[in-house]
Amino acid sequence: MRKLAYLALALLIALLAAACGSTSKSTSGSSSTSTTATSCSNKDSLNLKTIDQLTVGTDNPAFPPWFGGTPHKPWQVSDPNSGQGYESAVAYAVAKQLGFDKAEVKWIHVPFSNSYAPGPKPFDFDINQISFTPARAKVVDFSDSYYDVNQSVVVNKGTPIASVSSVAGLKPYELGAQLGTTSYQFIKDTIKPSKQPSVFPSNAAAVQALKNKQIDGLVVDLPTAFYVTAVQVPNSNVLGQFPAAPGGEHFGMVFQKGNSLVTCVNKALATLRGNGTLKRLQQQWLAKATGAPILK
Amino acid sequence: MASEGDRRSDPEVERRSRLLGGLHFEGEGARGVAIALVSTAVFVAILIAAVTQSPGWPEVKRTFFDWGDISNAFPDIARAFVLNVKIFLVCEVFILVFALLIAVLRSLRGPVFFPLRALAIVYCDVARGVPTILVILLLGLGAPALQLTGVPRSRVFWAGVALIFVYSGYVAEVYRAGIESVHPSQEAAARSLGLSRFQALRRVILPQAIRRVIPPLLNDFIGLQKDTALVSVLGVVEAVNQTQIDSAATFTFGAYLAAAALFVAITIPLARLTDWLIARDRQKRQAGGAFA
Amino acid sequence: MSALHLDGVRKSFGATEVLRGIDLELEDHEVVCLIGASGSGKSTLLRCVNLLEPLDAGRIFLGGEEITRRAADVNAVRRRIGIVFQAFNLFPHMTVLRNVTLAPRDVLGLSRAEAEARALELLARFGLADRAGEYPDRLSGGQQQRVAIVRALAMRPELMLLDEVTSALDPELVAEVLSVIRELAEGGMTMLIATHEMGFARDIANRVCFLDDGQILEQGSPQAIFSNPTEQRTQQFLERIIEAGRL
Repeated sequence: MRKLAYLALALLIALLAAACGSTSKSTSGSSSTSTTATSCSNKDSLNLKTIDQLTVGTDNPAFPPWFGGTPHKPWQVSDPNSGQGYESAVAYAVAKQLGFDKAEVKWIHVPFSNSYAPGPKPFDFDINQISFTPARAKVVDFSDSYYDVNQSVVVNKGTPIASVSSVAGLKPYELGAQLGTTSYQFIKDTIKPSKQPSVFPSNAAAVQALKNKQIDGLVVDLPTAFYVTAVQVPNSNVLGQFPAAPGGEHFGMVFQKGNSLVTCVNKALATLRGNGTLKRLQQQWLAKATGAPILK
Repeated sequence: MASEGDRRSDPEVERRSRLLGGLHFEGEGARGVAIALVSTAVFVAILIAAVTQSPGWPEVKRTFFDWGDISNAFPDIARAFVLNVKIFLVCEVFILVFALLIAVLRSLRGPVFFPLRALAIVYCDVARGVPTILVILLLGLGAPALQLTGVPRSRVFWAGVALIFVYSGYVAEVYRAGIESVHPSQEAAARSLGLSRFQALRRVILPQAIRRVIPPLLNDFIGLQKDTALVSVLGVVEAVNQTQIDSAATFTFGAYLAAAALFVAITIPLARLTDWLIARDRQKRQAGGAFA
Repeated sequence: MSALHLDGVRKSFGATEVLRGIDLELEDHEVVCLIGASGSGKSTLLRCVNLLEPLDAGRIFLGGEEITRRAADVNAVRRRIGIVFQAFNLFPHMTVLRNVTLAPRDVLGLSRAEAEARALELLARFGLADRAGEYPDRLSGGQQQRVAIVRALAMRPELMLLDEVTSALDPELVAEVLSVIRELAEGGMTMLIATHEMGFARDIANRVCFLDDGQILEQGSPQAIFSNPTEQRTQQFLERIIEAGRL
């Protein structure tokens, strides 16, 4: 009987080893990839989840200045369907380039962590202030930049941190960032504070902690910083923005790995950049986001 | 068979089987164990085959089970885990004491003690009924927002208070079960000797009550260890928050496995410690010790 | 002034009246045995004397002092009375020695050394000194019951109440417990004993009380009660006992 038991155990171990070792690191090929360069202007030949519909994902609540307009259920704070706000406007501009009119764009709620979970994505692309990083690009495909990002720091007026004028001056303070943004990494790599920074699961928690003076400064991208100071935290202001790192940080739309649609979207972005649309939209929606002093 | 009988009572076999969590390998039992092992192996084999042959497996394997990701994430998470350990060690001490107080209040008999008893009952109902995360948010974000002088702002402090508040409700009920399981004749004997209610509780009832509920107390303690992760909703970077940070940065989930390994690693020695405590108590009573 | 005086004691549990007017007096050094059928109220009577049960009517006096008055210090009263139950009720998480020294130390304030000396002396007197370091579940029933008696004696009570202390024991263990009680009686301890051991009662009791349906139907010397009971119900009870070979 003992021998039978050992045999069973050996069988089990062998199977486990086989499972762990066998499969090679193949990229997922779940959605069909078109072979050669598609004609991007023909929307019927595009790789879409639903025919004649562009499914775009973003998180809820949708915050200004990335989105605007009065929200309708289930959206909160702003409405992606409104076309107002920078990301909403860019999405519709790209859609137009691809041959979709406004009614053919469908917005769905995709929580941040769902946008990169394995398996087939529920969207054609996701637009949600997601920064490109090489590590992330191993798991999903990013479009080219639709906005080059500068990080900035929001502080309460009249607090000691409000008189800081350099990056080094921020070191002794308790800083915070929102989960999923590159701001936390930015704090650790560039500011290198002496106190452990905080990371909040939601915008609401981060903002409340700043109001409560449980953190001294909140590091967010510059456009978001202006929304925070204008609407969310009274008596706060944008202390300053940080100069862009070499190569810069940029937001890109997120696609399923291997989805050929990204090529067409990049073409659309190139067109929009070339004809000044992107710049015009930035001036329209992100104008305030240039007025903060640069901290060095 | 004579040999089986000997092995059952062999203290060395007893000791080894106790360490294995009470598994016994002897005689007829061995056949049963072998059958169990074989059928488990077959079932697991089928499960593994089903999983690894599924179309999405390569991508899931890459994002969840990549050894490189897991080992990269591990040091930061281990460092952050120290905070979880500190929180649950400190909180558990307060919980054990505070919950005992609540349980004792609840056990007071007589009409004059009704307000205290009622207070204890309401406390246990509320503490167990309200979601822990809500209490943490209320106390961690809400209490400092009142901006009363002298009220600490520390989020770890308020999260600790919230955990103590909630868990004391559960642990008080566990104590109460223990107290009620002690036969009333024990209290009668103690009171008959002239001991006061409090002395009887302290010397006779509680020592017996607490010994009986050590396993469920440990259960609640293990639950507390995991609930220390809730402090992350306040932004504090402990193990689970660090896990989420890592996951969001790499768009993979291997970090979660690293965190899981840490939590399990803490649980196992604690469970064995409890087994040992119980066995030692039983042994002491059966073998006879030196003068008390 | 008597050692113990019960005056018109009544006790009900819910709708059932268990003690229906008990009048009883014990002098110092007297040994009184309570006999009667199960349910006649013997245990309840003893528990009332020890203030474990509140009375519905009547009063109890210990050494002339009314112990059932509202302002009485219950714990102080219980210090003066020792009670031993049918089910020993030793504390299982303490050794024999600790069982015996617990109350002297915590209630009487004796030091550990004093309490242990007193305990060991008592245990030795009743042949239990070598068991002092054991836990109760290692002892036989007879040994446990003797320890329970020692535990009560360690408080140096004025009065000992024994509630059917041999009823739960195997027959061969009964004798050792009875010999302890006999020794106490010979030593002059005032005792109120509820028992089924008729032969023993006849031997050591100064007085026997027959309890029937919540009242003391008849009382007198052992000779009077066992050989010449006057009440019919007493006779019936004794006949049943004799039939069972217990007398």
